[in-house]
Amino acid sequence: MAGVRAVGILSRFATSKYSRLSGHGHRSLSMSSSLLARTYANYEIKDGVAVIRINDPNSKVNTLSKPLQAEMTEILEEIWGNSAVKGAVLISSKPGSFIAGADLNMIQACKSAEEVTTLSQEGQKMFDKIEKSPIPIVAAINGSCLGGGLEFAIACQYRLATKSKKTVLGTPEVMLGLLPGAGGTQRLPKMLGIPAAFDMMLTGRNIRPDKAKKMGLVHQLVDPLGPGLKSPEEATIQYLETVAIEAAKNLANKKLSVKKEKGLVQKLQDMVMGLPFVRKQIYNMVTKKVMGQTKGLYPAPLKIIECVQTGIEKGTTAGSLAESVNFGNLAMTSESLALRGLYHGQVACKKNNFGSPARDVKNLAVLGAGLMGAGIAQVTFDKSVRTILKDTTVEGLTRGQQQVYKGLNDKTKKKAITSFQRDTTMSFLTGQLDYRGFDQADMVIEAVFEDLNVKHKVIKEVEAVIPPHCIFATNTSALPIKEIAAASKRPEKVIGMHYFSPVDKMQLLEIITTDKTSKDTTASAVAVGLKQGKIIIVVGDGPGFYTTRCLAAMLAEAVRVLQEGVGPKKLDALTKGLGFPVGGAALADEVGIDVAAHVAEDLGKALGSRFGGGNVEVLKTMVQKGYKGRKSGKGCYVYEKKSKDKKVNPGVEEILKAYQLKPAPSVSGDEDVQYRLLSRFVNESVLCLQEGILPDPVQGDIGAVFGLGFPPCLGGPFRFVDSFGADKLVQKMHRYEEVYGNQFSPCQLLLDHAKDSNKRFHK
Amino acid sequence: TIYFLSKTLAKPNVKNIVLVDGVRTPFLLSGTSYSDLMPHDLGRGALQGLLNRTGVPKEIVDHIIYGIVIQEVKTSNVAREAALGAGFSDKTPAHTVTMACISSNQAMTSAVGLIAAGQCDVVVAGGVEFMSDVPIRHSRKMRKTMLSLNKAKTLGQRLSLLGSIRMGHLMPELPAVAEFSTAESMGHSADRLAAAFGVTRVEQDEYALRSHRLAKKAQDEGLLSDIISFQVPGKNIISADNGIRPTSMEQMGKLKPAFVKPHGTVTAANSSFLTDGASAVLIMSEEKALALGYKPKAYLRDFVYVSQDPKDQLLLGPTYATPKVLEKSGLTMEDIDVFEFHEAFAGQIVANLKAMDSDWFAQNCMGRKSKVGVPPMEKFNTWGGSLSLGHPFAATGCRLVTTVAHRLQKEGGQYGVVAACAAGGQVFLPKYTYAQLARADTEYSRGATVQVFLVHSFGLFSVHVLCMKMTMCKSVQKHF
Repeated sequence: MAGVRAVGILSRFATSKYSRLSGHGHRSLSMSSSLLARTYANYEIKDGVAVIRINDPNSKVNTLSKPLQAEMTEILEEIWGNSAVKGAVLISSKPGSFIAGADLNMIQACKSAEEVTTLSQEGQKMFDKIEKSPIPIVAAINGSCLGGGLEFAIACQYRLATKSKKTVLGTPEVMLGLLPGAGGTQRLPKMLGIPAAFDMMLTGRNIRPDKAKKMGLVHQLVDPLGPGLKSPEEATIQYLETVAIEAAKNLANKKLSVKKEKGLVQKLQDMVMGLPFVRKQIYNMVTKKVMGQTKGLYPAPLKIIECVQTGIEKGTTAGSLAESVNFGNLAMTSESLALRGLYHGQVACKKNNFGSPARDVKNLAVLGAGLMGAGIAQVTFDKSVRTILKDTTVEGLTRGQQQVYKGLNDKTKKKAITSFQRDTTMSFLTGQLDYRGFDQADMVIEAVFEDLNVKHKVIKEVEAVIPPHCIFATNTSALPIKEIAAASKRPEKVIGMHYFSPVDKMQLLEIITTDKTSKDTTASAVAVGLKQGKIIIVVGDGPGFYTTRCLAAMLAEAVRVLQEGVGPKKLDALTKGLGFPVGGAALADEVGIDVAAHVAEDLGKALGSRFGGGNVEVLKTMVQKGYKGRKSGKGCYVYEKKSKDKKVNPGVEEILKAYQLKPAPSVSGDEDVQYRLLSRFVNESVLCLQEGILPDPVQGDIGAVFGLGFPPCLGGPFRFVDSFGADKLVQKMHRYEEVYGNQFSPCQLLLDHAKDSNKRFHK
Repeated sequence: TIYFLSKTLAKPNVKNIVLVDGVRTPFLLSGTSYSDLMPHDLGRGALQGLLNRTGVPKEIVDHIIYGIVIQEVKTSNVAREAALGAGFSDKTPAHTVTMACISSNQAMTSAVGLIAAGQCDVVVAGGVEFMSDVPIRHSRKMRKTMLSLNKAKTLGQRLSLLGSIRMGHLMPELPAVAEFSTAESMGHSADRLAAAFGVTRVEQDEYALRSHRLAKKAQDEGLLSDIISFQVPGKNIISADNGIRPTSMEQMGKLKPAFVKPHGTVTAANSSFLTDGASAVLIMSEEKALALGYKPKAYLRDFVYVSQDPKDQLLLGPTYATPKVLEKSGLTMEDIDVFEFHEAFAGQIVANLKAMDSDWFAQNCMGRKSKVGVPPMEKFNTWGGSLSLGHPFAATGCRLVTTVAHRLQKEGGQYGVVAACAAGGQVFLPKYTYAQLARADTEYSRGATVQVFLVHSFGLFSVHVLCMKMTMCKSVQKHF
């Protein structure tokens, strides 16, 4: 049961790179009556095998839309009615996409759960027909085969997949708060066994072709080809088609059998799964695991378990009904709405809205080989950008280079890349102590110590050696960019690029522009960020920009909560209970208590008493005692390499005792503590929008979720206000305001929304 | 030094370099009659055969260069061990080169370079491969333990090291079956290449069958005169290749794919097989050869090495290199009388022929305006090839060049081209893509001597290794 892994939605969003379920607008349907000129799918008969080619003319990927389904049904009827056709092949003409999933807009357009249920049942019916096809249908998969696309493929009699890097299979519905609603919950357990099916559907993770073959998801693999008489992409599709036609013929004349001899382990597993008692144990175990990881905040995984269980225990008819009904209900939940919103937001934040930069960044230099600097280098040089990593000491540089190497070597160990690719990739990185080669740099990103004087010194040094076109980006979490740019001779080339630690895991990049930053500089920074694989928000300059500001507000409240006697463990449980992937105290340890103290003090000075609450002295005392968080081995918790269970640092308990505050009973219940933390975060977000730091609510939601771990089930602070109700939130805040003062004063924009329930951040 | 070479060669009065003669041992399927030997034994056989056939005085040989791919660790400079054993002078330096399947081509072009640079006048080049035995190592863990054991001082230390040995330590390490850079085996790559060019199973089987039939014919007619007999010490005398097996399309069609399963097209029957064998050639400056009274068999003229992406174009070297060398020497495909291309896989040969016939490939992959053009099959590998004669990796290059010379003599041709991709046989494979090409023309004024132009390519740095002037050749042509 290694299967059921964290439904830690955040981390999964962080690794999802799908182009699945792409949401493009509605298209005009031109349903031609002509047999040979359909829009989304066509077929030709080759050697007694009908080759059905899918190609959505309006999109880069194929999606399972209503018109496609309609055309497909027509085609299948024609084929089944033609006695000359002995088999069929289902293939996409697009190089990178088989079928990337169901059309999300189709679901979005539904007004009620019943409507969505009907959609699901239509899909189920079509795939049932395919499963019962009188002739063998071979799904020839190249590119993304996800969600509804995968359900289509597993209804076919035989599956071939290319080993292309673009070929991925999976059921990512859970990440959108949905479930595989077109027979997936019924077919997958039968095909893969219950544990593997749960693993696949509950994690929603991408499955590579090799793994898919091993687990029995596809029958046969085909290698991608290089250039020959055509381009590699065309050649590969044609090769796949040839092999698929051969397979269809062999299936038709019984030369090829779908039934595979089961291995001993498989037989044993089947036998064990045959026992109702064992199955019950499994359902319980999986449910427990899901509850542990989701805190019950996400309904979709539980419904998936329910559908699988119904199908197995009560038969497919009951299972299918449960699947379609649950699919409809889930589509209407606020969680699904939130997750789908995040998906769309993420797609929007992977575009460059500033045009293409005048120059491509081919040579990049990173200053400072600390955790951040090395992390930035790590996500840059492996995209074939020549990268210099500069530090001032051999020790610092060595550590940084080791971090970079470890990142790549881990990929090698996981077989994501070969050792040869690792070594060639490493050749793009140069570690050094001087400014050699900076005259070739197109962009310099500094990640030196967070001190304005140090930053000023560095900017002057660098500007003396870089060419005129070179952009100077500063990676700071709180220092206003315009203050850093004050030392620059060319402020239009200065920009903030705020990365999140660990850089190779965290997907967000917050880009900060000053009023002097040129559009081309912004375009270039966004282009680099996109190349680094980041989701990007572009915000205005100010103390703490957007993300740090929201986090600081919440952390200030967290410190107060600690001072009021709620222990770090309890605090973490409460924050996690909201849906944050990391608890408040643990998060402070991860960020670094010194950084937190620094930020708290700076923002307190810049933004005044609104950032009060917890006493900054608590953090400062911790720093003095060397409790700097995980990096120093001690923070709120004690970090030991061997022990899994974190122990609360007794030193911190002492400090908290010294700064003890008396809790106000009226606002100190568990739920109130949670809302105190949440409302300060949300209010600060809305204030950022009000002040123009944030350009729009979408980027606000994306920044909060992907950068700070704001609960994905809430969809971000703005989505939360919409679904929770601004008026209710304001009510709560007023209660806290009475006790604590202006830290809980709702900002004007929030008040406006509270007054008028028609005002919403998301349409 | 490379630039130095081309500069000196750019001067007029460049020396002409000739192939005096070439020999090889019979090529045997690995695991047959040679199976108890060591690589240098076979090398010794070829070198001794060359001495006997040419009667070259040992003391005038300036240098010996020998190629090998899978090295026997006991004889890492196999050139020296083989030369000493063959009775060459112990005053003649010898070194070993390696460049996957074109190792002996590298040996020959190194020899050409030494002579052209004026360093030597008489050089012996060749290569050997012995696949009946390959070095199988202890695992890295075990080796580490054993090396530490050497250094252990006390009994306690030794015991604790011995105690650390686990089952996992005992797993042996076989020579790599896959390309180091791409982790793909050569046969697998050939199968993909064939698919990319739409080469069918039938086309491959037909080509393989042709190779075996032509080799059989050449063998029966006594054309494979480069073979010298080899007496396996203490055993019988071997005087013929044993891998030539012309069967039928039906028989070949029964085989299952060897690499890509179940839909692949490359089988054991349409691939070259693991082979034991050695070859050697005697190369001299023309003046030296004539002064010694030899009637050289060919001029070695020019060569080019090219290299491509090792993933998708591993075996396409000949397509890239052929037009380069032709253009360099102002010749066209029609001028060539004899083509000898190394046959790693039937699919690879047919794919190359299709690539040479494709405008799309020429325009999109080679940056040419139009296709290279296909060699006419009646001039192509007419005495069999690596598929049928066998492919001892590092010995194949010399066989190709000697065969071109012999075919030009026999058929009365003027120019010949040799091309080889550095494809291994089926398993033990090289690291990059190499292609080798040679061209020859006949010069009647000196009897049946032939000019061979060698062309080579290597690595990501495409280097012009040698650029020899065509003056002599052209004046001769005018004369006739």
